[in-house]
Amino acid sequence: MVELASSPEINEAFPRSASLDPSQSLLLRAYRWMLLARTTDEKLAALYKAGGKISGGVFLGTGQEALSAALGMALRKGDIFSPLIRDLAGRLAFGEPVSDAMRTFLGSKEGPMRGRDGNIHRGRIHEGQLAMISHLGAMISTTAGVLLARKMRGQTGTVGAISIGDGGTSTGATHEGLNLAGVERLPMVAVIANNQYAYSTPNNRQYACADLIDRAKGYGYEPHSVDGTDFEACLEVVGRAVERARSGHGPQMVVGHLLRLTGHGLHDDASYVDPKLKASAVGADCLRLAERILIERGLAEEGELAAMKREAQAKVEEAAAQALREGGPDPSQEDWAAISDARMLDRGLAMRS
Amino acid sequence: MAVTYLEAIRSAQAKALAEDERVFIYGQDIGVFGGAFKATKGLAVAHPGRVLDSPISEDAAIGLAIGASIEGMRPIIEMQFADFSSVAFSQIVNQAGTQFYRTGVRCPIVVRLPSGGTPGGGPFHSQNMEAIYAHYPGLVVMTPATVEDAYHLLLEAIALDDPVIFCEHKHLYNHLKAERLPEKSDLPPNKARIARAGRDATVVTHGAMLHEALTAAGDLAREGWQIEVIDLRVVKPLDSETVLESVARTGRVLAVGENTPWGGVTSEVIARIADAGFQSLDAPPRRLNCKDTPVPYHPNLWAAHRPNAAEITRELRDLLKF
Ligand SMILES: Cc1ncc(C[n+]2csc(CCOP(=O)(O)OP(=O)(O)O)c2C)c(N)n1
Ligand SMILES: [Mg+2]
Repeated sequence: MVELASSPEINEAFPRSASLDPSQSLLLRAYRWMLLARTTDEKLAALYKAGGKISGGVFLGTGQEALSAALGMALRKGDIFSPLIRDLAGRLAFGEPVSDAMRTFLGSKEGPMRGRDGNIHRGRIHEGQLAMISHLGAMISTTAGVLLARKMRGQTGTVGAISIGDGGTSTGATHEGLNLAGVERLPMVAVIANNQYAYSTPNNRQYACADLIDRAKGYGYEPHSVDGTDFEACLEVVGRAVERARSGHGPQMVVGHLLRLTGHGLHDDASYVDPKLKASAVGADCLRLAERILIERGLAEEGELAAMKREAQAKVEEAAAQALREGGPDPSQEDWAAISDARMLDRGLAMRS
Repeated sequence: MAVTYLEAIRSAQAKALAEDERVFIYGQDIGVFGGAFKATKGLAVAHPGRVLDSPISEDAAIGLAIGASIEGMRPIIEMQFADFSSVAFSQIVNQAGTQFYRTGVRCPIVVRLPSGGTPGGGPFHSQNMEAIYAHYPGLVVMTPATVEDAYHLLLEAIALDDPVIFCEHKHLYNHLKAERLPEKSDLPPNKARIARAGRDATVVTHGAMLHEALTAAGDLAREGWQIEVIDLRVVKPLDSETVLESVARTGRVLAVGENTPWGGVTSEVIARIADAGFQSLDAPPRRLNCKDTPVPYHPNLWAAHRPNAAEITRELRDLLKF
């Protein structure tokens, strides 16, 4: 099994890493996680549109790769990561293999969810990546629980990170979870991706404070705001927040400002998105901006970017082909047990004579 | 010296804390204060850092327990009242109940629900939630009716690798006493108990209703009827075997529950008997529940809202006549 936070999904030695200083190679690495995520998302979209291969919805992280990758990269092995809908980049950077996404969207029996759950509802709990349930905000308190257990045992040095959207901040679970982690002074990093919409609902129907970061004060978190389209800023700000949590400064909140550059899911044409937002700075594509910076700073040339894309595509194609080959679960081979202790399974009408 | 049902719950937690360092308790006012009902009295002082006051966040408390269990702990969550677990419903049924099935990772948490009516409790401090949770997959639901079970089932619950909803009945907390706590339970956690043996009719019940049923059986015994009373102990899994065997002997059954009538434990019991025990029935299977209203506040209304011994006796007489 591939270990999280150490996965060699990208080839670190490529290109020219020897001649780069650490901050430059960080940028290049971030770009490559973002690219791998975007490429995977594009393949998922193609499979969805071809029809018949993916059951259920497809939810992409288009436009959110910089913020998400920055979080996954700031985390280490042993940390806890509770990603949400649009966190493929962060998942990959934290160590999730591309095959997990492909297998879970395509319903492979070999995937981490074995066909029992799908798409973004996946994780590797014992490797630190919790498997989100749909209910927005639920994973915050669960992440806090892992951290509290560690605190009770006197274990320090690890952090827990949760992702949530602007819409998800309105649930009771989010409030309870953030408040509880604050009360327990846990090394929690809450990253809010404010992508301006929750499904079709704009920010002005979601919250009444001036900026979501205002909530950091109320929960007792250190506040951090960042332009979510700027990968360099994301690396710096998210990196700092994670470091503050790790070094004992209590819970941290990051709000990234960006725009969802896709529908809520692929079933949604997002025709409701305000064209003015799309044309504004918040509507920029972080991946394109990252490419421009890499070229401008001489960290990569067009040809090298193209080569990286080909490499990502090859990896994604291979993962998709493999998941398709594996096929779905066989109902007759299932134990149909939601309880682990066989004595405590309800036998229902098994007594029928 | 006699032990109350509440003391049994406290003793079980004290034993678990003393013997298993993975155990901790999280809930509102449970620390030095000892809890709304004193079920954790003295435990915070005896086990510093392991009996923690939580904010009033039921949903987050369950989420926290799930996370802590992932990390190898055995958390016990005390809900101040079962009624407030509706705020935690999402975490209980959507996360705790699904985790093992979805991910293969076990979720050994115990959620203690101070349940059931007491005079003056009213609509929001009296609810019985066992049927709601039993409806969802992935949860074990225990409803101890005796001091011995309050103790042993709680220890079983803590030892189990699955999420357990532990419905302890507030009406029994201080009313019910036993001579002492037996070292071992005579029954595994998946078996119902025949609380009183009989041959003329079977009453299947759980929780505080057991004691009403036993009173009714005692009253009818004076008229020569032998009523068998089954205490389910655990409603999920439901021990159909013991129920069906009893009905095969008596041919008559009355299921009694403190829950509201639509769906629930009594209807599940009757459905199983109708399906798998139809042949043994000499009379239509009957059931008795509380009235289909919120639990009323005033003691007069409360007493009339829930089934009681007199009503059970009346139902049984009817059933025996058939
Ligand atoms: C408690 C809850 N209510 C409703 C939903 C359905 N739902 C899923 S995603 C979503 C929108 C979320 O918006 P936001 O949090 O801003 O995240 P984004 O999709 O923009 O990334 C909704 C309403 C849900 N998953 N959970
Ligand atoms: Mg949003």
